[in-house]
Amino acid sequence: MDNSEKTEVVLLACGSFNPITNMHLRLFELAKDYLNGTGKYRVIKGIISPVGDAYKKKGLISAHHRVIMAELATKNSEWVEVDTWESLQKEWVETAKVLRHHQEKLEAGSCDHQQDAPMQARPGQKRKWAEQRQDISPKKLLEPKPKDVPKIKLLCGADLLESFAVPNLWKSEDITQIVGDYGLICITRAGNDAQKFIYESDTLWKHRNNIHLVNEWVTNDISSTKIRRALRRGQSVRYLVPDLVREYIEKHDLYSYESEEKNAGVILAPLQRKPADTHS
Amino acid sequence: MKSRIPVVLLACGSFNPITNMHLRLFEVARDHLHQTGMYQVIGGIISPVNDHYRKQGLVAAHHRVAMARLALQTSDWVRVDPWESEQLQWTETVKVLRHHHSELLRSLPRREGPDHSRARTAPTAVPELKLLCGADVLKTFQTPNLWKDAHIQEIVEKFGVVCVSRTGHNPKEYISGSPILHRYRHNIHLAREPVQNELSSTYVRQALSQGHSVKYLLPDAVITYIRDHNLYTRDSSWKGSSTQRSEGKTGWEESASPQNSS
Repeated sequence: MDNSEKTEVVLLACGSFNPITNMHLRLFELAKDYLNGTGKYRVIKGIISPVGDAYKKKGLISAHHRVIMAELATKNSEWVEVDTWESLQKEWVETAKVLRHHQEKLEAGSCDHQQDAPMQARPGQKRKWAEQRQDISPKKLLEPKPKDVPKIKLLCGADLLESFAVPNLWKSEDITQIVGDYGLICITRAGNDAQKFIYESDTLWKHRNNIHLVNEWVTNDISSTKIRRALRRGQSVRYLVPDLVREYIEKHDLYSYESEEKNAGVILAPLQRKPADTHS
Repeated sequence: MKSRIPVVLLACGSFNPITNMHLRLFEVARDHLHQTGMYQVIGGIISPVNDHYRKQGLVAAHHRVAMARLALQTSDWVRVDPWESEQLQWTETVKVLRHHHSELLRSLPRREGPDHSRARTAPTAVPELKLLCGADVLKTFQTPNLWKDAHIQEIVEKFGVVCVSRTGHNPKEYISGSPILHRYRHNIHLAREPVQNELSSTYVRQALSQGHSVKYLLPDAVITYIRDHNLYTRDSSWKGSSTQRSEGKTGWEESASPQNSS
């Protein structure tokens, strides 16, 4: 299949990134290799979307720092970038909404691009384009072909997939939307457990073709929790997080016993919302 | 106040290629020794094995040394030493330790007379050179005929070992299962890597030969080098087994033939 027939994909990873680690960055690499390897997709971009402070997770330091660390971590990446929209919202935003925001942004961007195309062309081409435009109806110009708009997919680890089962954490219509309208790329060591989890859920089972399980052969346990713990204990985190991130953490003395107590006793934002309050 | 014993850590191995896991060994070992309160780690040495080791898929030593050098560009305490790789033949680990230990002693500043300002403070302890390795290597001490008993003894008695834990290995068992290791167990420091990581050079080589990304598994500069020099491609001589876990990080005492399983 040549490139024009492949579905373009943008991988979106939501999470605390508190702090970002080499494991997070690896998720993108593994997902990209997997999707490109199927021959059906072409991954064109990766987006890291750190959660807003209103999430109220214990130990969550200010979004400002988490965003900067993610930017430092992706400085040397040619395709993964950081998006601050979610972190800038005053209220916590459901993952399904973040996905929708980014998908709509892609669609709007695709639209503008088609309209602007004549402007960006060289003078010689412009004339040619103008001649050809007479044959194309204005309506066609404004509506991008579905295949031309890249598709957003949620990138995650098995912990997120299995968190779908945590009572009141996710709205069932959000889960349906995530796996139905967008799709999930889940990097996991325990492929069998994840498959079983999908099998045992009617919603997930229905959309199983849109849930890609990617096996992580090499256990890569660099969780942010362990990084924070190591930092509190004065242990080195070198080679577990990018050097620029480590230097930033040291310079700003970000993680300590005090910082870990932030939001202690506070209920996580998604659990605070009663089903009646929210409309997706 | 008793001053800490200065320590230099020496890691032998193929480093084919060097990965973040290798670099982590030094960090974990240093933290561990410092937390005992008895040691002050003053340096680290990576000593890539000689080409005559003849391990399958071993790329030329000058590449492995260059990659290690690139990986250590940003380190202020670990360096690569090509001495072992430059010898005419493969060298037993104990000999590499002996060499670096004598180099270490030779580089010490000579003590001046009693007028020297240092006379006031406690005398600087003689630095110790310790072998740094993963638990998989400690296990190989058990393999019959692989290491000379005299060498094992010299390594644990005269130098000392810092062994970093690895998934699937129980170093305490290896120690209690060997009379020599048990006898010198006070000189075998077991450091626990808090972040389990099964990353291995074997995995990296496999990924590269399949055209997969290895970004964030080893330093960017090393990845660029591998690309520029076309190392570890599908056409390379590597035909390693995908199930092989053991990296055989230290030398083979008896012969150059590789161990087939761990």
